Amino acid sequence: MRTEALLAAVLLAVAACAPHRLPAEEEGGGKFGADWDSWRADTNVSDLASVQRGARNFTSYCLGCHSLKYERWSRLGADLKIPEQLLEKDLVPPGAKSTDYIMTRMPAADAETWFGKAPPDLSLMVRARGKDYIYQFLTTFYVDPTRQTGANNLRLPSTAMPDVLSELEGLKGAVFKTVARPGAGGSEQVFDHFEQLAPGRLSLAEYDGMVRDTVNFLDYVSEPTQLERRQLGVWVVLFLLVFTWFAWLVKREYWKDVH
Amino acid sequence: MTVKTATGAAAPMPKSGAAAKKGFWAWLNKRMPVDEFLATQVTEYYAPKNFNFWYYFGSLALVVLVLQLVTGIFLTMFYKPGEATAFDSVQFIMREVDWGWLIRYLHSSGASFFFIVVYLHMFRAFLYGSYKPPRELLWLIGMLVYLALMAEAFMGYVLPWGNMSFWGAQVIVNLFGTIPGIGPDLVLWIRGDYGIADATLNRFFALHVAAVPLALLLLVVLHLVALHEVGSNNPDGIETKEKVGADGKPLDCVPFHPYYTVKDLVGVGVFLVLLAIVVFFVPTLGGLFLESPNFEPANPMSTPEHIAPVWYFTPYYAILRAVPDQRMGALLMLIAVMSFMFVPWLDRSPVKSMRYRGWMSRSALAIFVVSFIVLGYLGLQPAEGLYVVLARIFAVLYFAFFFLMPLYTWLDPVKPVPERLIYHAH
Repeated sequence: MRTEALLAAVLLAVAACAPHRLPAEEEGGGKFGADWDSWRADTNVSDLASVQRGARNFTSYCLGCHSLKYERWSRLGADLKIPEQLLEKDLVPPGAKSTDYIMTRMPAADAETWFGKAPPDLSLMVRARGKDYIYQFLTTFYVDPTRQTGANNLRLPSTAMPDVLSELEGLKGAVFKTVARPGAGGSEQVFDHFEQLAPGRLSLAEYDGMVRDTVNFLDYVSEPTQLERRQLGVWVVLFLLVFTWFAWLVKREYWKDVH
Repeated sequence: MTVKTATGAAAPMPKSGAAAKKGFWAWLNKRMPVDEFLATQVTEYYAPKNFNFWYYFGSLALVVLVLQLVTGIFLTMFYKPGEATAFDSVQFIMREVDWGWLIRYLHSSGASFFFIVVYLHMFRAFLYGSYKPPRELLWLIGMLVYLALMAEAFMGYVLPWGNMSFWGAQVIVNLFGTIPGIGPDLVLWIRGDYGIADATLNRFFALHVAAVPLALLLLVVLHLVALHEVGSNNPDGIETKEKVGADGKPLDCVPFHPYYTVKDLVGVGVFLVLLAIVVFFVPTLGGLFLESPNFEPANPMSTPEHIAPVWYFTPYYAILRAVPDQRMGALLMLIAVMSFMFVPWLDRSPVKSMRYRGWMSRSALAIFVVSFIVLGYLGLQPAEGLYVVLARIFAVLYFAFFFLMPLYTWLDPVKPVPERLIYHAH
C-alpha cells in the first residue's frame, strides 16, 4: 500500500515535470549567437496602464499595416477601461464604427506587391510565437544596406518588414565577430553587439518600455479573457477544494463501519 | 399493495424501502425493471473493499467522457467545419461567445485528461493483473475503447484547423499510404481529396461528433456490462466472489452504493481541482495540451519546424520515427498499440497482483513504464542525433516487455497468495 502510494506520487511528479515546449523558433534564429532564452519581455498583462499604452502604440505604429481581425474596438475599450468617448476620439479610425473589428486600411493585395507578403494579422501572434519572440523581434532591427528595405533583423533574418520604429529607436548597426568553427566551413559570423548610428526620438530605455507595452497589449489581444479566466479560477478551485473536503467527510462517515 | 407479475403471483421486490411499493414508482417498475437494475448494478453490486488510489480512474474516465460529450455538444453550436470557417469559428468561441472560452478549454484540456486517466487505468490493470482470466474480454473491450478514443482525439485535434492540425493530419493519414497495394487509394479515400482539405475536415467533423462517440458509448456500456458480470479485481488479485458468508454475500466486499459512490466522489473532487487548475491557469500547459503552432491557421505552404502530435500519441510517434523505413515504422507503431490486446495470453504468471509476483515481473513493468514515458518525451523532440538512438533503445525495451512476457512471467518466483483480502480499516 505504501509503495503504491509512493509510485502514484512519482508518476504524478513525472507528469508535472513534463517537458515544456517553447513556441516555434524561426529557422536560423540562433546562428547569430544571441542568447534568446535570457532575452525576455517580462511583461505583465494585468498591468492595465501598460496595456493601455500598448493599445495607443499599436494604433499609432502598427495598425497602418497589421490588423487584429478577431478583436472589436468596443471589446478593446471595455476590457481596457477606456471611456467610449475617448475610444471613438483617439483610437477608432475615422469612418470605422466602435463595433467593427480592428482592421488595417492597407489593402492586402497592395501590401503583397510592396513587401512581397501581406503583413500578418497580429491577433494571435503572442500565442503562436510567444511574447519574448515579438519583444526580441522589435528590438533587434539593424541597418543592412544589402536588404531592399535597408534593414535586417536578428530574430527573423531577412524579414520583409521595414524598420518602421527607427524614427523612435534611431538607427543601429550590428557588429559581428568571426568565430572559428572547425568542421563547419572554418569560421562563422556571430553577432557581438549593436552600435547606435543615429539617435531616435526616444532614449533607449524609453524605446524598450514602448516595445514592452506594445508586446503586453498584443499579449492581452491574443486572449482577451485571460484576466477573467485567472480571477474566476481562484474561486472555482477554492469551491472545489471545499467540495472535496465535504465529500471526504461523507466518505469517512460511511466507511467507519467497514472493517 | 403488492406488485403482481403477469401471471398474477406477487413479484419478488428488491429491498429498496417502502417507496418502491407505491404509486408512480410501482407503475414504472411494472413496465421497466428500474429497481431491479439499481439493485443488481448499484446497491447490491458488490466490490472488493480494499480498492486503493489506482481504482479511482475507472469512474474518472466516465466523468471525463460525460464532460467531453457535454462540452462537445455546446461547441458544435458555434463551431463551423470548413477550410474557410473552422479556425475563425474557434476564435469566435474563444472571444465572443459567452463562456465559450471556458467550454473550449474544458474540452481541449479534457482530451488530455482523458488520456491521463485512461493510461493510469491501464497501468492499474498491469499492476494487479486485472486482464487475467476471467477478465480477458473486459480487457479487450477496454482496448477497443482505447482505440476509439485515439481515433476520436486525432480527428478532434484536426477540427480547429490550426497549422499543427493540418500537418499532424497530413503525417498520420499518410501512414495509411504505407500499406502495400491499396495504400495510396486508401489515403485518397480517407481524405476525400488529393490533400488534407475541406472534404477531410468535414468528414472528420462528422466522425468526431457522431460516429466515434456513439461507438465509444456502446463500448463503454459493454465494458461495464462485462465488468459487472465478472466483478472487479482488487490489489490482492483474489477472486472475492468465491468467498461468501452465510447470507450469500461476498465476505470481502461492500455494496458499490453507497460505499464506492461516496469514495469515488472524493476522487472526482480531486480530479476536478486538477482540471480546474489547468483550465483556469495553464490551459496550454506550456504547449503540451495546446501547441503554439496551432494558433496559426492551417497553411499547406508552411510546415511547422517540428511536427509532433499531442503528448498522448508521442510514445508511438517516437517508435514510428525510430525506424528509417517508413513502412516498417508504421508497422511497428501498429504492433506497439496492438500488443496490449494479447497481454491476457502472454502473461503466464499463476498470480495476478504484483504484490505476490517476483522481481522479474516487477522489473519488467517498471522498465516498461519508464520506456513509455521516455518514448513520450522523445516523440516531442526532433528526430535527430542522440534522440533517435535513445528512441531505438527504448522501443526495443517497450517491445521486450510484451514479447518476453511469457518467459519472465513463467520463470518469475511468486509468493503465496493469501486466502482473503488484506484490508486495513481507515
